[in-house]
Formats: sequence, structure tokens, C-alpha cells
Amino acid sequence: MSGLGPHAGFILASYAAVAIVLGGLLASILLDYRAQKRALAKLEQRGAGRRAERESR
Amino acid sequence: MAGLIDLANPTRFMRLSAALLPWSTGVAGVLLSVGFYLAWFVAPADYQQGETIRIMFVHVPAAWLAMMFYTMMTLSALGTLVWRHPLADVAQKAAAPIGAAFALICLLTGAFWGKPMWGTYWVWDARLTSMLVLLLIYLGIMALWRTLDEPSQAGRAVAILTLVGFVNVPIIKFSVDWWNTLHQPASVLRLDGPTIHPSMLWPLLILAAGFTLMALTLHLVAMRAEIMRRRVRTLTILEAERLDRLATGNAPA
Repeated sequence: MSGLGPHAGFILASYAAVAIVLGGLLASILLDYRAQKRALAKLEQRGAGRRAERESR
Repeated sequence: MAGLIDLANPTRFMRLSAALLPWSTGVAGVLLSVGFYLAWFVAPADYQQGETIRIMFVHVPAAWLAMMFYTMMTLSALGTLVWRHPLADVAQKAAAPIGAAFALICLLTGAFWGKPMWGTYWVWDARLTSMLVLLLIYLGIMALWRTLDEPSQAGRAVAILTLVGFVNVPIIKFSVDWWNTLHQPASVLRLDGPTIHPSMLWPLLILAAGFTLMALTLHLVAMRAEIMRRRVRTLTILEAERLDRLATGNAPA
């Protein structure tokens, strides 16, 4: 802390803001990716697309 | 152009991006590690700003990326409206939260630097205000995506808003030249070259490259998620129509 001089609080607050915002962004993108992958796998496992296309012909 | 048309195929995009992601993640990690090491342990304190120069190493790349992602979204908007590129609105939708995050980081870190250096967290000068407007445009675009269920319809509406909002990007860049602002003029992207000492310029450029690659990697992941979301939507509709047909067919006369 002392190495950062009298404005250490502002410097650390800046890096904390970067960590929180980027951490939140990273988590939201990765969680969304995982959710879509799981939903797609479930639908494809049930043969949703193929069965519907076959039956509509 | 032929390469872009090839990438227009979502299946091909999914395959190429899957191969690219481990490399872009790795290189971004190395660049950010080296950049932060140089920024914290090698770059000297500034003769005027003192140790608060450390804030500039994240503030400046965040400002660049907030504008870069909006420019990318504008090109995607043209892709949606002019060429009807099938991945254009996917790219645009995926980019908005990333650009918004960097605009927010730029404003927060700027405020934390402003208080000890200018004596205030915020001032309504042209540079700060136009960056706040950029964040609000990003939030408006993200909200508009959520108001329309049909992705292609939402894509066209968002594309028009994005094109209109692009007028703000040159205003941000040149606000410090056009108006008398508290914010200092450009010190890296100048016609006569950077005015920063190399001991501070190199960490800044390496961190900017690292953040850019990290943001592009996140953009690829978000685009992949959006392509899957649309596939899920299509399959769910097809499945619902099939069940509806079955129910109608089995219904008693």
C-alpha cells in the first residue's frame, strides 16, 4: 500500500472496478454459453429438429 | 470478401472459432500477464501524476475498446442492412455487452483518477459526457434486443439505432480538440507520434493488445452462444409445431 503513495485507495479501487466488471462479463458470457450448449444438446438428443422436418414432409 | 462469405455459414464459423479459441485465450493471457507485470513493477511513477499513472494502464485500453467495439457494431449493422450477412446481427448482439463493460470501466477508472488529479470524480466536459452517452447507447441497444422476440426483426431495428449512434464515436475522439475540456488531449494516437516515454508506452500498448485479444475472445464465445440460442429457438418452435399437429390429428372429431 505504502509503495503506491498517498493515492493508493484510488489506484486499488480502479483495479477492483476492472476485476468486478470484467469478472461479471466473463461469468455472464460463460454461463450463457453453457446454458445454450446444454439446451441444444437436450433438444438434439430428443431428435427435435430431424423428427419435425421428417414429419412435415 | 470471399472469406467473409465463407464465414457467413454458421456451421463453418462454429468450427473455425472452436479451433481459434484456445490460441486466442492463451495469447491474451500471456500479453495481459506481461503487460500487468511491466505496468506494476517496471514502469516508473509519472513526474506529475505519481503512482496514479497505474490507473491509465487500464483506463486508456478500456476507452479504446469501448470505441472499437462500437465501430465493429456499426460495420455489423451495415452487414445486416446492406448485405444481410447471416452472422452480422449475431456479431452485433454479442458485441454490445462487451463494449458496454469497457465503457463502464473507462468511466469508473477515469473517476478514480480524476478525484486525486483534478479534485473531482466527475465534470460535465465534452469527453466525459460523450463517453457517458456511449455507455447509454450501448445500454439502449441491449434493451432493444430484448424488446423484440424475432431475432431478424430485432437485428434490423438495432442496426438502425447503431448507425445513428455512431455519430458519437468521432465526437468522443475529437472532443478534446474541438472543445476546451478538462480532459487532456490525445497522447498516444497522434499524427506527430506518442508523447509518452517508452517505459510507460510499452506496458500500455502490451496491455491494450492483451485486453483487445481478451475482448475478441469473449466476443467469439458470445457469438457461439447466440448461434446456439437461435438454433434452440428454431428447434423449440419446430418441436412445438410437431406436437401441435399431433394433438390436432389425435383430437376427437
